[in-house]
Amino acid sequence: MSPGWRLVIYLIAAPLLGGLLAGVDRKLTARMQARQGPPLLQPFYDVIKLWNKETIVVRRSQNFYIFFFLLLMIFTGGLFFAGSDLLLVVFALTLAGIFLVLGAYKASSPYSFLGAERELIQMMAYEPMVLITAVSIYLVTGSFYVHDIVKHPDLLLGPLPGVFLGFLYALEIKFRKSPFDFSCSHHAHQELVRGLTTEFSGKALAMIEVAHWYETVLLLGWVYLFFASVPILGLIATLAVYGFLILTDNTFARLKWLTAVKSAWAVTLALGFGNILTLTLLRY
Amino acid sequence: MMSALTLLIAVPWAAGLLLWGIRSDRLRRAVVIGTVLFVAALSVNLAVRLFHTGDVFHVDTHWINWLMLAGEGGMAMYLLRVGWKQRHPVVVALVLAQTALMAWFELSHGAELRVGQNLFVDKFSILMALINGVVGGLICIYALGYMREFHDVHHPEIADRRPMFFGLLFIFMGAMFGIIFANNLLWFFFFWEVTTLCSFLLIGYKQTEESRQNALRALNLNLMGGLAMAAGIVLFHTRAGSIELAVLFQKTPEVVLAPVALLAFAGLTKSAQLPFSRWLLGAMVAPTPVSALLHSSTMVKAGLYLILRLAPVLWGTVPGTVLALTGAVTFVVTSFAAVCTSDAKKVLAYSTIANLGLVVLCGGIGTYEAVWAGILMIVFHAVAKCLLFLCVGVIEHKLHSRDIEKMSGLILSLPRISVFLQVGIAGMFLAPFGMLLSKWAVLKAVVDSYPLLAVFVCFGSAPTLFFWVKWLGKLLEVTGAIENKEKGIGRGEWVAMGALTVLTGLTCLFFPLISSELVEPYVMEVYWRTAAMDHGNFIIMTIMLCMVGLFPLSFINYKRKVHVMDAYLSGANVERNNTHFLDARGAARPMTMRNYYFQDLLKEDQLLRGGLFAGLSLLVFLLGFVLL
Repeated sequence: MSPGWRLVIYLIAAPLLGGLLAGVDRKLTARMQARQGPPLLQPFYDVIKLWNKETIVVRRSQNFYIFFFLLLMIFTGGLFFAGSDLLLVVFALTLAGIFLVLGAYKASSPYSFLGAERELIQMMAYEPMVLITAVSIYLVTGSFYVHDIVKHPDLLLGPLPGVFLGFLYALEIKFRKSPFDFSCSHHAHQELVRGLTTEFSGKALAMIEVAHWYETVLLLGWVYLFFASVPILGLIATLAVYGFLILTDNTFARLKWLTAVKSAWAVTLALGFGNILTLTLLRY
Repeated sequence: MMSALTLLIAVPWAAGLLLWGIRSDRLRRAVVIGTVLFVAALSVNLAVRLFHTGDVFHVDTHWINWLMLAGEGGMAMYLLRVGWKQRHPVVVALVLAQTALMAWFELSHGAELRVGQNLFVDKFSILMALINGVVGGLICIYALGYMREFHDVHHPEIADRRPMFFGLLFIFMGAMFGIIFANNLLWFFFFWEVTTLCSFLLIGYKQTEESRQNALRALNLNLMGGLAMAAGIVLFHTRAGSIELAVLFQKTPEVVLAPVALLAFAGLTKSAQLPFSRWLLGAMVAPTPVSALLHSSTMVKAGLYLILRLAPVLWGTVPGTVLALTGAVTFVVTSFAAVCTSDAKKVLAYSTIANLGLVVLCGGIGTYEAVWAGILMIVFHAVAKCLLFLCVGVIEHKLHSRDIEKMSGLILSLPRISVFLQVGIAGMFLAPFGMLLSKWAVLKAVVDSYPLLAVFVCFGSAPTLFFWVKWLGKLLEVTGAIENKEKGIGRGEWVAMGALTVLTGLTCLFFPLISSELVEPYVMEVYWRTAAMDHGNFIIMTIMLCMVGLFPLSFINYKRKVHVMDAYLSGANVERNNTHFLDARGAARPMTMRNYYFQDLLKEDQLLRGGLFAGLSLLVFLLGFVLL
């Protein structure tokens, strides 16, 4: 398939798939907590409802940042699925995240300010691991390009088990799932004041939600890269990873930010760096 | 062509000496602006004329050598007096050792020191000349208004020594041109020492106890580099029988590696790498134009220039690896240190050292990819960092503080400055702007040669994200009504900051052109192959730049219908108020917001001490290599 077609399919399918996954998340979470849970399509209803609400702001310009957050998040995913450079994907993802954080700063309320700061801490915690993942994939496949990595004949999981586990740890933070949901927990019932998103409403909140769907698909796509040589296995593994994220979300309480940063870096050093070290030692 | 090179060195020096004697404000302004325009035009002209040739030029004038020897003698006498008066035995010892070594060398070998070319120019020197001429020139123009306000309004207690100040700025600039164009290593050494002396005098400008101490420290550390360089030149001559930079690359590494390691040591001191970084942090006490000059267009860039020049020899050698490690450690340690401080100038200083660390890392790796990445980094860093310093200088005058926490609401109090500052910060770390582009290149270069060092780059870039974004956030955040304080900023300051903002944008936009016309040809000449960003990535970067560039357009929509409400303060807002809430006893209290500085997690002095130790042990390793 040409990159152009992949891009078109991504643009249309990603939010549908992402929203559906969010619905599955809520359903599964509810079942784990012995509740019935909302219908599978509830996230879509929510977003439509939000879209028709009045837009309430503290600062007139705060929602501009959110629009650019969504735009860049879509762009980042587009880069990834068009088969572009993984490092650029990481940088574009960071840029998108920064627009969200700046929007929260702009809102100038103590809760969103604190949420913004904590989101930054989360980014600082997972960024090294994400970069190391890209680097180690390059070491194995010899390319930073997603379209080359997908064509690699062997399972990447084989040489990179540590990196994969470390990446899972980073995903846990990236998805803002418990135990690392300290910047804004995904479920409103856990925290009435939702940190980062406290001052956003209506369309802005809907855009944040849609951006999250795109992000989910992008990150799960990255998980798929580890299994790309056996597509069926890749699909199963990706879904399993998503299930695992939901399970940890429901079995762990929130951790303090300091623990999150320290543990994330320790994991990055031990699993990520350890894996690269072994690879280089084996090669020479 | 030859005359152009000598003019670039001689004109700033002549202007500098002239300015030393000028007391009138208007005359000074005329001379400064005239010289800056002339130098900028000359360096641009040089670049245009040399677009397709890369020749080496020849001047053999024996008397210049004697003039330089006399100059060195004079400097040594002056520094000895300084060391004696300040009771600083190390300075005295360093000056004595250096002078004795050089005097012995030049007097005993005088006859055999025949040099084919004293000056030369290639694409790398042109790039450096453009930075020095254009960015340095803008700083000088900025300094006109800044220094007037500095003395008239803010520091009436400090003696007005502006004639000396401006004189030194231009001598500094001329010496930097000298370093860039010198092929004769003795000339190189002379200009190198002139920059050391200039920075000493400029850092100590305020003549307070603190500034005197810091100036002395800068002198002390840079003299160590000078001594290493002198030793390196002598060693090079004994081994290879030449004192020409161009000859250095024709010899086999076994012959020149030890002298090259000594020269690289000198580069480390100038570019403030870890065991030596304290002088650059101390240099903050100087007036802002000096900091900008030291950080962006001269001084530290001289060290980087030398290390990147030597990179082909360092490729795959032990000293190269040690240098790469030093740069990597410096990058990580100072990036973390920048997270713990809220002093804007200090944050900028730490980030400079960190970025220099990345360039040294590139130089130490020494592959064609790494050199390409390193040169790009120098360009982007020079422009963006200069802009940041100049903005912080104005902010310090207007807010009477350079604490980042005090910059809350800057978007209302100093709207244009705040936009400039945002562009500068974006240029320093945000995709798709320049520094990030180069970081992409660095990461690629590192992974290809020393994959294990990639872990330093990965860990170091995380805190940079944190300290830049929290500063950006502070600029945007607004609580309460704030008055506009932008009146009374001089035209020179506006011109300099505006031009640098435009330059930051242009360097990002025309990055492909800079890469293909100036950087790649140089890398090609040296390595016979070159790195470049893929065409596709260029396009992606440009798309990103355009997307981010659209952001200001969203303000067209500013007046559209949104419902503006008070901020959420747990539902306890004092009526119609964003900033005060009712506490448990019904009293109104103001809310405050402060950024995290990780005081419990990271201790600035502990970090630096650890870094110092790591840097020192690496240095010992480097020197051990030279001796054995």
